[in-house]
Amino acid sequence: MADTPTRIEVDCSTGEQKVIPLTAAEIAELDQLRAKAEEEAAARKAQEEAKAAAKASALAKLAELGLTEEEAAAIAGA
Amino acid sequence: MANTYIQLSNVTVGSGGAATISFTSIPQTYTDLLILYSCRSSDSATNWNNMKLSFNGSASDGVWRFLAMYNAGMAEGSGGQVEVWINFNASTGNSFSNSYVYITDYAVAASKNIYVDTAAEGNAQDQILGMVGGLWNNNAAITSITATPSSGSFMQYSSATLYGIKKN
Repeated sequence: MADTPTRIEVDCSTGEQKVIPLTAAEIAELDQLRAKAEEEAAARKAQEEAKAAAKASALAKLAELGLTEEEAAAIAGA
Repeated sequence: MANTYIQLSNVTVGSGGAATISFTSIPQTYTDLLILYSCRSSDSATNWNNMKLSFNGSASDGVWRFLAMYNAGMAEGSGGQVEVWINFNASTGNSFSNSYVYITDYAVAASKNIYVDTAAEGNAQDQILGMVGGLWNNNAAITSITATPSSGSFMQYSSATLYGIKKN
């Protein structure tokens, strides 16, 4: 069986530091936070990929219009 | 020199690692708070790791916008609970992130502004340098702050230092 994860709690009024095993409820909360973070990261990645694809498409269209790579990049801020 | 920049607490993670690091019973006698994190997560599946900050035990009421520079270019975006990028467990051996978190007017009954400046290293090609402007949109005075990696746990020698800043 894996060790129970712990949390560190520092009481700023006393300076006391405690290492406390997580309760089942805290572990469930942690799992929830991680699942949410994973969803957010996936959404951000999808957004970044969509932006990169749109930029590449715009650069290709500018090239078709006769702009050099440098000129197209200057317009697109690439 | 005026006593305006005081270390309130410092913690270094021990050999067992830690799922979270919390500062509790934060004194209400300063104007702002500064936390310096130097962290590494045990997660090795991503390019870097991030940790979420929660205040007074609440993961709600956060909002943030970021600007980041990383190996693939630049990115900007937004999210809910304020996030700080840290090193992950495929980063160069024994390397830890440098993260600066500044919270203004933490004891005042108004929303709290949060500024984050962070640099994390991901070995060879996965580095990230990011700035975050965030808000904890809650009027309660901040009495506790918890940092939680979004995957894995804090590895040994990760550290966090809390300072109180007094402006007057």
